[in-house]
Amino acid sequence: MTAKVTFNSDRCKGCELCTTVCPKHIVAIDQTVINRKGYHPAHVTDITACIACASCAKICPDSIITVEKF
Amino acid sequence: MAIVYEKSKGLTDAELHYCPGCHHGIIHKLVAESLVELGLLDDAIGVCPVGCSVFAFKYFNCDMQEAAHGRAPAAATGIKRTHPHQAVFTYQGDGDLASIGAAEIVHAAMRGEKFTTIFVNNAIYGMTGGQMAPTTLIGQKATTCQEGRTKEQAGMPIRMAELLSTLDGCVYAERVCVTDIANINKAKRAIKKAFQKQMNNEGFTFIEVLSTCPTNWGMTPLKANEWLKDNMVPYYPLGVIKETAPENAEVK
Repeated sequence: MTAKVTFNSDRCKGCELCTTVCPKHIVAIDQTVINRKGYHPAHVTDITACIACASCAKICPDSIITVEKF
Repeated sequence: MAIVYEKSKGLTDAELHYCPGCHHGIIHKLVAESLVELGLLDDAIGVCPVGCSVFAFKYFNCDMQEAAHGRAPAAATGIKRTHPHQAVFTYQGDGDLASIGAAEIVHAAMRGEKFTTIFVNNAIYGMTGGQMAPTTLIGQKATTCQEGRTKEQAGMPIRMAELLSTLDGCVYAERVCVTDIANINKAKRAIKKAFQKQMNNEGFTFIEVLSTCPTNWGMTPLKANEWLKDNMVPYYPLGVIKETAPENAEVK
């Protein structure tokens, strides 16, 4: 399965809630980026491992994550 | 390509003003998704409180009304009585509902007003800067109880779901939390059930959602999540507090 996870990174507040619920542990905070709000946004480290369960998107308080699968 | 999950149509495109990790965003989303899935979004009227969620009218993609502090149940009563076929809900925090608005919510529940209340309990006053709320736990520090709340000085925290469940007009009361996916799913089921019961004209429905306040608790969002599970859940037990069978709930 191929999955695509899109983050609206400019709206991410770096709360890390999404990193706790990923069953594959592939959602992490990107320490190399600072968004326009001044936070380190979340990103997916290994998209090939993604199972498109959308747990990260469900818990995101700001609804910035879209999950698609092919 | 299939979209597995995207932002609910029940929310506007406005950027939420809540602090990082605040559960308000998750609860907003669950209410919006429930309305969309039940086909009620175009028929929904929400009433906003005063508190952190005072700007909720900017975020829900349905008709919204702002109420005076604590008076959302009174405003919702009028709205529901004049629009009996619309889905009416109030969205209130613990300062709004359990403190200044305690009388309004108790009497709305007593009358069995047929609207749904989403009660967000984060055990502190968020917007005003972290003062002690009626729901603040014993030993929990706040700006107005810096050594921690004591039973002698402030009494025991109020359990609103249990309190309202003693009233006959309240047909459904459930307490949920949104700390992880399993609990988010349960919370959404509870909110949907409350709206369904409202649309069946059964009576007053009440969902208490335990929430974190990382900023005023002085914790990271992840630590606040754990603190909620370790401290709030034992005092505020999760689950259905009251559910009256529809035939017994003829409060007209």
